[in-house]
Amino acid sequence: MYQEVLQTESVVAKKTHISVKGLNVHIGSQHILKDISIDIPDKKVTSIIGPSGCGKTTLLKTFNRLLDNSSDVKITGKVLVDGENIYDPNIEVTRIRKKMGLLSQRPYPLPMSVYENVAYGPRIHGTRKKALLDALVERQLRATGLWEEVKDRLNAPATRLSIGQQQRLCLARGLAVNPEIILGDESTSALDPVSTRIIEDLFMKLKEKYSIVLVTHILRQAARISDYIIFVYMGKIIEAGPAEQILQDPKEELTRQYVKGYIT
Amino acid sequence: MLIFTILSVSILLFIGVELYLHSLPVLHKLSWGQLITSSVWKPMKGLFGFFPFIMGTLWVTGIAIVIALPLCILTAVYITEYAPSRIKKILSPFVNLLSGIPPVIFGVWGVLFIIPLIQNHIASHFVDFSTGYSVLAGGIVLAVMIFPLIVSIITEVLRTIPQDLRDASSSLGATKWETTKKVVLRKALPGIVAALVLAISRAFGETIAVLMVCGNNAVVPHSVFDPGYPLPALIANNYGDMMSIPLYDSALMFAALLLFIIILLFNIISRVILSRLERRLAA
Amino acid sequence: MRRRKFEELFFRGLMLLATVIISGSLFLIVGTIFYKGAPYMNLDMITKTPGGGFYIGKAGGILNAIIGSLYIAGGATVSGLLISVPVAIFINMYINGKTFLANTLRMAYDVLFGIPSIVYGAFGFLIMVYFGLRASLLGGIIAVTLLVIPILVRTLDEVIRTVPSELGDATLSLGATRWETAKVILRQVRPGIFTALLLSFGRAIGDVASVLFTAGFSDNIPASLHEPAASLPLAIFFQLSSPVAEVQGRGYASALVLTIIVLFITILSEICIRKFYKQKA
Repeated sequence: MYQEVLQTESVVAKKTHISVKGLNVHIGSQHILKDISIDIPDKKVTSIIGPSGCGKTTLLKTFNRLLDNSSDVKITGKVLVDGENIYDPNIEVTRIRKKMGLLSQRPYPLPMSVYENVAYGPRIHGTRKKALLDALVERQLRATGLWEEVKDRLNAPATRLSIGQQQRLCLARGLAVNPEIILGDESTSALDPVSTRIIEDLFMKLKEKYSIVLVTHILRQAARISDYIIFVYMGKIIEAGPAEQILQDPKEELTRQYVKGYIT
Repeated sequence: MLIFTILSVSILLFIGVELYLHSLPVLHKLSWGQLITSSVWKPMKGLFGFFPFIMGTLWVTGIAIVIALPLCILTAVYITEYAPSRIKKILSPFVNLLSGIPPVIFGVWGVLFIIPLIQNHIASHFVDFSTGYSVLAGGIVLAVMIFPLIVSIITEVLRTIPQDLRDASSSLGATKWETTKKVVLRKALPGIVAALVLAISRAFGETIAVLMVCGNNAVVPHSVFDPGYPLPALIANNYGDMMSIPLYDSALMFAALLLFIIILLFNIISRVILSRLERRLAA
Repeated sequence: MRRRKFEELFFRGLMLLATVIISGSLFLIVGTIFYKGAPYMNLDMITKTPGGGFYIGKAGGILNAIIGSLYIAGGATVSGLLISVPVAIFINMYINGKTFLANTLRMAYDVLFGIPSIVYGAFGFLIMVYFGLRASLLGGIIAVTLLVIPILVRTLDEVIRTVPSELGDATLSLGATRWETAKVILRQVRPGIFTALLLSFGRAIGDVASVLFTAGFSDNIPASLHEPAASLPLAIFFQLSSPVAEVQGRGYASALVLTIIVLFITILSEICIRKFYKQKA
C-alpha cells in the first residue's frame, strides 16, 4: 500500500536514484530482510528509522554490496542504481562502491596521514599527479569544513584528530572519489552535539549534489534533516513517505507507536 | 609470592653474571675484540676465534627469516582475509600442530629429506659439489620450525583489526587485495614486527635441529651451500670435550654468553622500535 | 582496472601457494617420520630398556628414554607451576597488573622466554657444578624448570588477565583475603592453567639443549634423583648417529614415539584452549 502512496505522491517531483525490488537477505539461518521493495529519491535526504536489530544497517549495506565481505550471506532480489542492477554477476563491484560513500557509526580513519586518507580513494582509481591530488584534498577538506583546522597538519596521522574531525575526515575521504550517493550508518552517534550539528549541516548542504541515505535511531535527527523517511521493523518496510507525514501523521499503527514513543 | 617473583626474575641477572664469570678465564687470555673477530679456532693451542660461529648463526637465521617471513605473512593473510570459514576452522589449529613438534624431529626430517634434496637436486645447479649439509639446510629446517609461531601471531594480529576498517576501504572502491595491502597490513605492522622479533630470537637459539643439518664446519660461510657452525651447535657439540682441554669450558661459556647478550640486546632494541612504531601509527 | 584485477588474482594465487607449502610441511614431516619409523616400531621398543649392545644393533627398547623424559618433563612442569602460579598472581593482584613495575616484570619474563634452551642448559650446568651435583635427573629437572618458568608465567599471566577485575574486587569486598581471592580467580581460569601446563610439558619433553649437559644419559630408568636420566630427544639423536642401519631405523621409531606423544599433547591443549574461550564467551 505504501508503495502506491509513495509513487502517486511523488511521481511528479522526484527522480529515483536507488530502486530496490524484492530484496531478501539471509544471514546464516536468519531471514534479516524480508521482501523489501523501496525507492530512494534522488538528491534528497532519506532516513531509515526503526528499532535496533530490525535490519536498517543491513539494508544500507546492501546498497554498496558491503555484505559481500561477510560470510554466510544469501541475497536475492534486485537493487537498481541509476537503473543498473548492482547484484548482476557481471558487474564490477569496485565501480559500484565508488558511486557510494559510506560513513560508519564510529570514524575509521585509515592508518595514514590526513592527506593520505583523503587521497587514498583517488590514488587507487588512478590519479597520480601530485598537483591534482593536492587540489582534490584541499577541495574535499574545504567541503567538509576541515581545511582551516587541519591545513597545517596534513601529514600528521589521522588518528590525532578529534573524533568529530575524524568523522568529517571520513566524509571528505568518501567525497574524494566522486560518489553520487552518501550512505550514513548512525554516523553521528559517537559524536558530541557540536560535531553532530556540523555533520548534519553538511548533509543538508551536500544534498544539493548527492543523494543521502541515513540510518538513524534518533528521531529528532530524522526530523531535523530528512526529506523522506522509511520505517523498518523486523526486516520489513512498514511505511515510507515524506518526513512530515511519517512523523506527524503516520498511516500505519506500528509507525505511530514507534514515532510517538520518542516524540511528545 | 614476592620472593618467588624476585628469585625468578633475577635468574636473568644470574645467568648473565654466571656466564660472564665463567668466561673470564678465556677473556683474560684474549680480548673481546679478538674473540669476536678472529676466525682461528684451535682449542688445543688456546686460540678461540668466534667469528665463524657468529657468522654461521647469522647466515642460518637470515636464511630462515627470508624464507619464513613472506610465506607466513601470505598464509596468515589467507587464513584471516580470504579463506572460507570451513577451511579457516581447520587450517589455524592445523598449523599450530606444527608448533608442538620437538626440534629434534625437525632435525631428523632435515637429514632425511632436505639434505638429499639439496645435494641431489638444488645444489647441482649452482655449485660443483655439496654434501647437502649447509647453512641452506639449516635455514630451511629453521624456517619450517618457526612457521607456526609467526603464522599464529600474525593471524591473531590480523584478527584484531576491526572489520569496519576494511569496510571503509572497500567502500572507496578498493579491491580486496588493495585493502589488505594498503590498510590491513599497514595497521598490523607493529604486530608483524613483533612476530618477526620473536621468530628471530627463536631462530638464533635453536640448537639441535640446525646441528643435525648444517655441517658443523668452523669456517665462515660464503654461500648458502657452504656448511656453517652456529653458536648453539658449537656449544652442544663440544660439551663432551669441554673439561679435557684447558680453557675450552670457559670458551664455550663465552659462546653461551655471546648468545645471551645478542638475544638480550635484540629484545631491547626491538622493543624500542616497536614502541616507536606504535606511537607513529596510533593516536 | 585490469591491472588491479591481475594484481588481486596474482596475490591470491601466491597466498594459496604459501598456505599449501606451510600446511604441506606438517604432513611431510609427520609423514616422513611415520614412513621411516613405522617399520621399526614394535612393542619391545616401548616396553624394554636397552640391552647390552643396543646401540650396535642388539635387542632392547627405549623405555629408559621414555620414562626419563616423562620424569624430567613432569618434574619440571610441576616445579615450574609451583613457582609460576604465585608469580603470575603476584603480578596481577598484588601490584595491580597495569603498573610500570608489572610491565617491567612482564618484559623481564619476555626476555627470559626468548633465551635459547642451550643457555639454560649451560646455566643449569653451572648451578650443578656449584652445588656439586653430577649429571642426573635432578640436574635435568632444574635446567628444564628454568626453561619452562617463563612459558608458564607468560601463559598464566595472559590467562589471568582475561578475568575482569570486578571479580577480584567483588570477592575482596566480601571480606576474603587476597590469597582466597586468588584461589577464586584461579578456579575461574582452570582450563587456561591446564593449557599452560600442557604447553610447557610439550616443550619440556622435546627439548634437547637443556638436558644435554645436565641430565646425562643412561640405559636404565633412574631410580633416584641423583641418577642420570635418558631422554627421548637424546636417545633419538644417539641412535641416528650410529652407522648401523638397524639402529638408525630404531632412531626413526623413537622419533615416531616422541612425535606421537607431542601431537597428542598439542591436540589436547588445542581442545583446552577452545573450551576456555568458549567458556568465556
